[in-house]
Amino acid sequence: MSELILQVEDLTVSFDGFKAVDSLNFYVEKDELRCVIGPNGAGKTTLLDMICGKTKPTGGTIKFKHRDLAEMIEYQITRMGVGRKFQNPSVYEDLSVFENLEISYPRKRGVLGSLFFRREDEMFRKIDEVAQQIFLGDVLRHKAGQLSHGQKQWLEIGMLLMQDPELLLLDEPVAGMSAKEREQTAVLLNGISKGRSIVVIEHDMAFVRMIAHKVTVLHQGKLLAEGSMDEVQSDERVKDVYLGH
Amino acid sequence: MSRNQVSGSPGTGARAALASLRQNRSFLEKYSFVILCVLILVALPLTFDTFRLGLAAKFLSLGFCAVGIVLIWGYGGILSLGQGVFFGLGSYMMAMFLKLESTNSGSSAQALSSFFGSNLPDFMAWNSVEELPWWWEPFHSVWFTLPAIVLLPAVFAFILAYANFRKRVGGVYFSIITLALSAIMSIVIIGQQGVTGGVNGINDFRTFLGIDLDTDEVKRYMYFITCGLLLASVLIGRFILRSRLGKVLVAIRDREDRVRFSGYDPALFKAFIFAIAAVFSSIGGALFTIQVGLASPSLVSIVPSVEMVIYAAVGGRLSLVGAVYGAVLVGSAKTFFSENFVEYWMYFIGVLFIVVVMFLPDGLAGLLQRLQSRKSASGSTTETRLANESGGAK
Repeated sequence: MSELILQVEDLTVSFDGFKAVDSLNFYVEKDELRCVIGPNGAGKTTLLDMICGKTKPTGGTIKFKHRDLAEMIEYQITRMGVGRKFQNPSVYEDLSVFENLEISYPRKRGVLGSLFFRREDEMFRKIDEVAQQIFLGDVLRHKAGQLSHGQKQWLEIGMLLMQDPELLLLDEPVAGMSAKEREQTAVLLNGISKGRSIVVIEHDMAFVRMIAHKVTVLHQGKLLAEGSMDEVQSDERVKDVYLGH
Repeated sequence: MSRNQVSGSPGTGARAALASLRQNRSFLEKYSFVILCVLILVALPLTFDTFRLGLAAKFLSLGFCAVGIVLIWGYGGILSLGQGVFFGLGSYMMAMFLKLESTNSGSSAQALSSFFGSNLPDFMAWNSVEELPWWWEPFHSVWFTLPAIVLLPAVFAFILAYANFRKRVGGVYFSIITLALSAIMSIVIIGQQGVTGGVNGINDFRTFLGIDLDTDEVKRYMYFITCGLLLASVLIGRFILRSRLGKVLVAIRDREDRVRFSGYDPALFKAFIFAIAAVFSSIGGALFTIQVGLASPSLVSIVPSVEMVIYAAVGGRLSLVGAVYGAVLVGSAKTFFSENFVEYWMYFIGVLFIVVVMFLPDGLAGLLQRLQSRKSASGSTTETRLANESGGAK
């Protein structure tokens, strides 16, 4: 077994008594591409929210690279190497694609550092590289607000790539994409999973099959099953709550 | 896969994109600053007499606040209804210095002090204050006063803003806090008449470092100093907005939550820009007091603070240069109204604000921009489109 990058143990969060995530254990290895599936309300997004610091857990621990994230807030967790893509594409619509990527370049993120930041060769190189990867090389000058829904999804993934995270958390990255765009995204994710770990929440089973190394099924905040796509799909309990409807 | 048109050295595609973003700056963005320079440094001094130039200087002093409001409101998304507080800090610090200077020199002052048997500013003597309060003492020194006008509001604004933004108090709640602050400041000043001059403010000073402020020549100089500092503020603002920090501000304004996940601490950025705007306001206040000869609680309370926001709204809340025009135009309108129909001024400014918000959300600057792009669009629609496309595919 290779080294663990993320260890989530006994994680619990309750909103007004409702346990969205309930005593969950969840481990991700280095270089792994994990898919998390489950019916609506299973706690998938809440799990990602807690890992990246958006929601504070009520109990349990989250360790990233063996460091406890409990005392850290969002930007500190981000700087440690966790990148988060949200369910609705969250890009800076009033800035150009270039500027969206530029902001995400992980240097000089203090006030004075960013005020006197001089654009460096390395950053241009990186922006070019990422823009090609996310199929947006031609539209760097356009405002992010003018992009199509699918392109915004790609741009947000690109913003994460600029940050060079060791752990990527992607919430429904192919929602609203055409079949062709989904295929391109699968290629993209397979390409970027080398050298980093990725957790993907997705409903589209065909897409999950294209990318997943391992699948985790959540149900009512608890772990229901975990294993390869085939194992999970043949699991009777999973069929009951999710796949068979 | 997208075609890889970038066959040169790595990074060329990104560089080309940046260059074309720069090229696409409109005529207004490129030349508005130069036009403003010509207007206030050449045109106004040549056409206005000293009295009108003095009025212009007064509005330009208020323009500092409007420039700051463009930074914090237009780009940072922080609506402050308390910029009068910082204007007042600068104004009162300058007034304290001038008052102490004129108390310690000049014949009328000596007559007064011999009459009251003390060397206190006149209003203190009238209020039977017997000793100069300790916090007045440092303002004997110009070398304390001038740095304090810049630093004190900066520190105060930064701490206030950071304490709130760190706890994620923002939006309307922060606006209400600033509103309350300006009310508190004017109440304190009016209430502590003995040491602040109360509702009359602090006035009646004639010299600054021994220079008589009442001569035409000095008034002209002061006008040019005001212009110079105001233009410098606009340039500093522009430098900030064009830096990486400026882009982060826009990102915070539009999606503060997302910015945290790009690895930034939004509270720090918002507090920084709030402090900058406070410094601008304070400098404006100090210049106002030198030229108008008055520091008054009526300039720090809610009404002037809201008026400052209206200056920025009329000029265009995304335009630093527009803010200056907004301050001068609305300020002139106010003078006109209060000379002729005092009681209608408040209604007028209310209507003006509603009209701007409803029909001109980007103010005069936005209106010009729209007119211009319509003109260029009708002239060369296909041309620009082709240029854009070939630019993208190059």
